[in-house]
This record gives sequence, C-alpha cells and structure tokens, in this order.
Amino acid sequence: MTPFASQTTIEIIYLIATALFILSLKWMSSPRTARHGVWAGEIGMVLAIAGTLLHHGIVDYRWVAIALVLGSIIGVPLGMVHMTAVPQRTALSHAFGALCVTLVGTAEFYLRTPTVPKFMMSVLSMEVILGSLTFTGSLMAAGKLQELLPQRPFTYKGQNIVNLSFLAVAIGLAVYLVFHPEQKILFPALVGIPLIFGVLMIIPIGGADMPTVISLLNSYAGLSAAAMGFVLDSKLLIIAGALDGSSGLILSVIMSKAMNRSFTNVLFGAFGQVQSSSGAATEEKTVRSATAEEAASILAAANKVVIVPGYGMAVAQAQHKVRELYDALTKRGVDVKFAIHPVAGRMPGHMNVLLAEADVPYDRLVDMEDINAELPQTDVALVIGANDVTNPAARTDAGSPIYGMPILDVDKARTVMVIKRGMSPGFAGIDNPLYYMDKTLMLFGDAKAFVGSIVRELSGGTHS
Amino acid sequence: MGEEIINSLFVFMLAGFIGFEVIRRVSPLLHTPLMSLTNALDAIAVVGAIVLAGEHKTTLSTVLGTLAIVAAMSNVVGGFLITDRMLRMFKTSRPQKP
Repeated sequence: MTPFASQTTIEIIYLIATALFILSLKWMSSPRTARHGVWAGEIGMVLAIAGTLLHHGIVDYRWVAIALVLGSIIGVPLGMVHMTAVPQRTALSHAFGALCVTLVGTAEFYLRTPTVPKFMMSVLSMEVILGSLTFTGSLMAAGKLQELLPQRPFTYKGQNIVNLSFLAVAIGLAVYLVFHPEQKILFPALVGIPLIFGVLMIIPIGGADMPTVISLLNSYAGLSAAAMGFVLDSKLLIIAGALDGSSGLILSVIMSKAMNRSFTNVLFGAFGQVQSSSGAATEEKTVRSATAEEAASILAAANKVVIVPGYGMAVAQAQHKVRELYDALTKRGVDVKFAIHPVAGRMPGHMNVLLAEADVPYDRLVDMEDINAELPQTDVALVIGANDVTNPAARTDAGSPIYGMPILDVDKARTVMVIKRGMSPGFAGIDNPLYYMDKTLMLFGDAKAFVGSIVRELSGGTHS
Repeated sequence: MGEEIINSLFVFMLAGFIGFEVIRRVSPLLHTPLMSLTNALDAIAVVGAIVLAGEHKTTLSTVLGTLAIVAAMSNVVGGFLITDRMLRMFKTSRPQKP
C-alpha cells in the first residue's frame, strides 16, 4: 500500500535525523567543532524532509513544493542579515517557528473535532496557546529591537493583573475545550486571546531585558513544537522541541542570573519603574575627562588592557574600529583582552558575534568570572558603550536597583577609561559611581569616532 | 491514556535531560549561534506541515499547512545559513597570521 517507502523506513530516517540533531548541539560546545554541528543539523534536516515527502499519506505535492521553494527563498535574506541585526532576526525566526506550530495546531483541531481525546486536546491547546503568544510576543520583541517600537518599557497601573487575566481566560478556555471539544466556535478565541497576551506581555519589557526575553521566547517556541509532536505522535518533533525548549530555558536562567533577577521579575517587573523611586537626589559630582591623545598615550604605556564592550558599541557600529585598536595595541606588545558580560548587548552572546565579525580572535574574548580575576592586575580597563554591567553600586550599594547583579569589576583596574556620549544615565537610568572615581577618565564622544582617533594617535607620528 | 502517550512522555523527558546536559556544555562564546541553530532545528516542525498540506484532507488544512511550510522552511534555510556565517567568523589567534 505504500508506493515509495514503508512507514518503518521513514521512522528509521527520522531516527537518524534525531541522532544528527543531538550531535549537532553537542558539537556546538566548542568553536572548533561548531561548524560540524551545522552540517550535522543540515543533513538531519534534509533527511527528515526527504523522508516525510515519501510519506504514503501525501497525495498532492503541488502546494508542498511551492511552499518549500517559497519558504527557502524567504529564508535566504533572513540568513544574510547584517550581524548587528541578529537579535531582531532571531526574534523574527521565533515568530515564524511559532506561526508554523499554531497553523498546524489549528488545522489539526478542525480535522479532529468533534471527537478529540482529552490528552490530545490538552496538548493541542498547549501547542496553540504557546504558539500564538510566542508569535505575537516575538514580533513585538523584533519590533522593539529594530526600533520600530519604542524600546523603553511601557507600564501602567494594574498591568500585571490585566495580562494575567488574559492568560487565565485562555487556560480556562483550553480546559473547557478538553471536556467539550465539539464546541468549535470557541476555538478562534483559544488562538486569539494568547495572540493579544503575547503583545501585552512584551509591552512592559525594556531593551536591557531583551536577552532574557528572547531566550524565554526561544524556550516557548521549542515547547510548542514539542506539544505539536505529541499531537502528531512524532518522536522526532518531540525531541527537537524538547532540545530547543531546554536550550532556551538554560539561556534564560543564565541571563536572569547575570542580572540577579528571577523570570517573574523580568516578565512582570518592568525594570524602568524600580529606578524612578531610587537615586533621586544626586549631588553635583565632578568627573575627569581626557582627549584621544591622552588616552592613546596611557594605552600605549600599559602592559595589560581590558576592553569592555556593551550595547553602545553595537549601536555606534564601532566593532571594526575596536579591532583596529586591538591590532595597534597588540603590535606595540600590549596584552589586550575583551571582557564579555553575559547580558552585554541585546541577546545572549551578542558581543562575541560582533567582535568575531570584526576579526577579533575568539580566545581574546573572556567570560565575566575569568576576567574579574585578572582585572586587579590590569593597567587600563576601557569601557566602550557599556554601563550597568560595570556599575560598582551593584556590589556596594544595597539600595541600588541593580544591587547583587554580578558585574565586571573594572573599578579594580589601575586606570579606567569610559567612552560615552555624555553624562546621561544608561538605559536602566541608574547613576554609575564608576564615572566619579579618581582613577576614571571620561572620553566623551561617539564610540566609533573616538576609538578611531585613538587608533590614529597610536599609529601616527607620536611614537614614544 | 494509551501506551503511545506514555511512550511519548518518556521520550520527551529523556530528550529534555539530554538537552540540558548537552547545552550546558556550550561555550558562552557561541550562545548567539546556538540560538539560531536550535531555531533551525526546531523548524523540523515543517515535517508536520508537509504531511498536513500534502494529505489534502480539507481546503482549510491544505491552506494552513502550506503557510506553515513557508514559515518553517524560511527558518530552516535562514537559520542554518546565518549560523554557519557566524561560526565562520570565529577565529583563534593561535595559528598566527603573517
């Protein structure tokens, strides 16, 4: 009865694909083997799609073929975006993944109603709820990252209650449908309410919380795919979804630990609000500023320099100039390293990718724990576009909203230099005592232009 | 609950543990490519969409299935492409360039 391949053959192909997927993630453990990981994933994916096309139930290939080609065509530009646009691209792809799952879930419901077994209806509801809230939530996140929407958190009184009641209604509806799956008139609401919840969920989230939120949305996308695996009784999908779900979850845990906050605090806390109450009274404090020439001579005289990049470097597109600075200093025998805070940037690992793109060798990019041990022996810590992750108040000031957050201890270096546009507080609106320390020199200006002038000073006439 | 469901739950649980163990070992250096890779792998949901669109049971299911294939396939191609582009950029300083 099977024209192309038996069900067993297809299942074996899926088994091989599953093994390749696990290997693919395993090889991501090190930059040396990571590209093998991509190949393993690609082979697994091609096998799985080819195997599925042999499925005996498929009677009409026209739409499948058109859709596969169209999707691939759309995928190419999404794979070629500029590295600075990777966070919003990632959010967008979470949205696409969730859209696929939601559409399939919806179709499956209408194919199965009015008789849907209870367990089936439960996982189907979970698939559709997670899928649709991830769809709109990710679109919102992508919009904020692309700055189509304001990045500042938007909050109002009773916001959490409103949001949670949307979610509660959706869950209540799901429970009702589990017992009354013939009530198909209610199904559009099961999709629609989480769609609204997804939007509301992201409205209070500020740009600085994006690394956690993107990871969390990643996790939801994975879990909804796993739920779809239960609906379709596909072990391959269950496993791929579980892998993606746990990956997103681990990243969210790492991100929220790096901000010393819980998930609930990120989702319901709206960072912006907390600040406004504290640090209202700021007395006049003086800062020392320096020119590019002075900065260059201090850097040239140093033995060990640690550069601390932040989101500001990405905004100013300064990563290539920073690489030139790295080259110029390395050529003079200065030991240059980069300190990477887990939440620097707008998604996990954002800074690493930007610096790798600018050809900074990855063994120069050092994690927070390791670099903190080295900072007390560092001559110059150069902060470029980072703020809160260097704020010593997180260690010392119990009243600070970021108290307890693990930071890069740049204040322990012998000299600190901070490139900054002006004295306005950072994204979270918290004053940074680092700037008023005696050993700190403020370098006021655009990150790209300022680093460029330091490089010119270093390579130009004034050889010491 | 049937045996099938129990089997699937076991598979889900084991895959979750494997995921935790494997991903815990991923270097923080590669967290961004990790996310785009898991995104591409997650787009394996395309197999469900292919069956849905190809079985051609109702017009609704075919239309939704076709759209779902487009959405998932763009993640497959885009996800693998950008992951590989990112990973190609990670170079070490040890084998010194001239």
